[in-house]
Amino acid sequence: MRFGTEIVLLTLFAFAALVAAGFGADEPFRQHMWVLFFAVAGFTAILLRNTDFKPAAPIDPTAYMDGPIRYGAIATVFWGVVGMLVGVVIALQLAYPDLNFGPWLNFGRLRPVHTSGVVFAFGGNALLCTSLYVVQRTCRARLFGGNLAWFVFWGYQLFIVMAATGYLLGITESREYAEPEWYVDIWLTIVWVAYLILFLGTILKRKEPHIYVANWFYLSFIVTIAMLHVVNNLSMPASLVGSKSYSAFSGVQDALTQWWYGHNAVGFFLTAGFLGMMYYFVPKQVNRPVYSYRLSIIHFWALIFLYIWAGPHHLHYTALPDWAQTLGMVFSIMLWMPSWGGMINGLMTLSGAWDKIRTDPIVRMMVAAIAFYGMSTFEGPMMSIKTVNSLSHYTDWTIGHVHSGALGWVGLITFGAIYYMVPKLWNRERLYSLRLVTWHFWLATLGIVVYAAVMWVSGIMQGLMWREYDEQGFLVYSFAETVAAMHPYYVMRAAGGAMYLTGMLIMAWNVTMTILGYQREEQSSPGSAPALQPAE
Amino acid sequence: MGLMDKHALIEKNATLLLVGSLLVVTVGGIVEIAPLFYLDNTIEKVEGMRPYSPLELAGRNIYVREGCYLCHSQMIRPFRDEVERYGHYSLAAESMYDHPFQWGSKRTGPDLARVGDRYSNSWHVQHLTDPRSVVPESIMPSYAFLKDTPIEVKDFSTHLVANRRVGVPYSDDMIANANVDLMAQADPNADTSGLEKRYPKAKVGDFDGNPQQVTEMDALVAYLQMLGTLVDFKNYDEAAGYR
Repeated sequence: MRFGTEIVLLTLFAFAALVAAGFGADEPFRQHMWVLFFAVAGFTAILLRNTDFKPAAPIDPTAYMDGPIRYGAIATVFWGVVGMLVGVVIALQLAYPDLNFGPWLNFGRLRPVHTSGVVFAFGGNALLCTSLYVVQRTCRARLFGGNLAWFVFWGYQLFIVMAATGYLLGITESREYAEPEWYVDIWLTIVWVAYLILFLGTILKRKEPHIYVANWFYLSFIVTIAMLHVVNNLSMPASLVGSKSYSAFSGVQDALTQWWYGHNAVGFFLTAGFLGMMYYFVPKQVNRPVYSYRLSIIHFWALIFLYIWAGPHHLHYTALPDWAQTLGMVFSIMLWMPSWGGMINGLMTLSGAWDKIRTDPIVRMMVAAIAFYGMSTFEGPMMSIKTVNSLSHYTDWTIGHVHSGALGWVGLITFGAIYYMVPKLWNRERLYSLRLVTWHFWLATLGIVVYAAVMWVSGIMQGLMWREYDEQGFLVYSFAETVAAMHPYYVMRAAGGAMYLTGMLIMAWNVTMTILGYQREEQSSPGSAPALQPAE
Repeated sequence: MGLMDKHALIEKNATLLLVGSLLVVTVGGIVEIAPLFYLDNTIEKVEGMRPYSPLELAGRNIYVREGCYLCHSQMIRPFRDEVERYGHYSLAAESMYDHPFQWGSKRTGPDLARVGDRYSNSWHVQHLTDPRSVVPESIMPSYAFLKDTPIEVKDFSTHLVANRRVGVPYSDDMIANANVDLMAQADPNADTSGLEKRYPKAKVGDFDGNPQQVTEMDALVAYLQMLGTLVDFKNYDEAAGYR
């Protein structure tokens, strides 16, 4: 029977959720278990409807397994829309506080939905599907472990649903970018180990002697995130059927553990993983080899070694001992070099094909992504200098910095990769429309520029207002006055975010039409194919 | 054979690559984090720190639940403007019983590390219910629903036990009286002598202006009112605490 074991296991899982919903120690936990029950029971019902008793069709062991990757591409676009929409909503809540509808839709509960939605749901699905796409093609091997890839994909979606609904119910550990409570953390650990086995297993059965550079980055991302996740989320539940747990560490140790995790969620989830993406999709799309093999070796090892040290720069001038702060600052500044090593290797891969920036909107997107990567990896080390940080910390400058990296680098390189993969995954000749890609590119780029510029101005203004003294030596501004001064910038920031979201919606439309098999008849964008000049 | 050629060994062996990268990424954390657990001067010697009372802990859990830390820091940096605005810079000792820490990373609203005793209970209740009625420029959401939500007690001692398991010095006496203390702290008519002995400097009284029941508003205001009030800075030796 098709899905026989799966259906039995899922039914037991749903029953366990139902029991937990009945005997939960606190109300949020009971509600959360109802969510789990309906999610698992609904999935079981879908499997039941699709089961049959025919013998399974034989699987060609040499063919690539692209089913989970197709689902992953769709999930990336879907969660991208959701995560960015919530981002625009909370941006508007800061400008117009009457848009808070408590308790479920208050800023404090929605903000982790936005950050996790974009980082782990959008970015995570992008990493999941591209890594499985890349590892098969660079190893010339089918994914390891039969249906393991399906478990990883659906298990990860369940993690996303449980994390997001938990935040709305007020279930949080308050660790930024690691907010899910203990039982959701345990589930993610199981899924992540399965992902590691899947990825490593595929590399081990490769037919190529060498492991391609993209896979080094993906592998180090997977294994490091496993380490960070497990250590940072060590906690003691108040009840085994309750939602509340208490962190294993306290105060200063807890703070550094969290930011050791937090900065490397940036360093490994949002950087190393996406560099893996760059190393496969940029050379493919421009049809040129990677610029320098030596550079990729040096910057890979330097990047993963140095990144881990950078966490304390989130805690400058706090109660963290000075020696740790200084160490964090020094390593953050050194980190500039391997980061730019990656940028140079990506950009110079275009050597001899620079004209494609003009003719191919997907290449343009990838190049802009690498440029934003270079910019934010310069800004980051600068902000980690203690004197700069004394002004920038606690202000919106930090938020602007994160978004130039997340929207510029992570967003654009993902869009490029998805636009590259979708026609191939569904055997379409090309995308539905390249002109829509151009529209997406410009909306996204302008959106980022508006967003980042506004946050620079408002963040620096905020920091300066807090520390401004008059001639008599009194503080000039009350805190409330600095809040009032932020209003116009919050409005403009929401507008920048809305532009980026509009681009994402255009992408969703373009990808949907491509999957459905439509091709828009269109002329190429003006200027993209210059008339040939006769040689004189 | 140059160093770069030797790299081919790693490129051809997935296990080497996996183990190698795992070793490389563990170094930084070990060097930076591990010493914080054994270096004696990481946490300053102060007088006055005690575990949270059950009502304060319940309030702190609400503070975490509502994501207050996303807009309010609890970490005053040693700068002239911050010290004048918020009070003495924060010490590591002041968050030694905080599982998890609540230092925050963003000040959309002001720092709260020493907000205790700065405003009256009724100001806090009014501000949490309708922030713009007391601070017109505020962009804080309303937390009026806390007033209508009775606190879910059941067996609150499990929370103290969990904290003790991760190192907070809750005594057997404190754990045995967890529920009693929780209710008594917000009841103006209760006998609070035991509570005040177990938790010195604990503020008692009807915080939310509604003596009929103990609500989440009671707990949150009790927590806010104790923030930054425990350490006695008259007896604090700045030079000895410098790291």
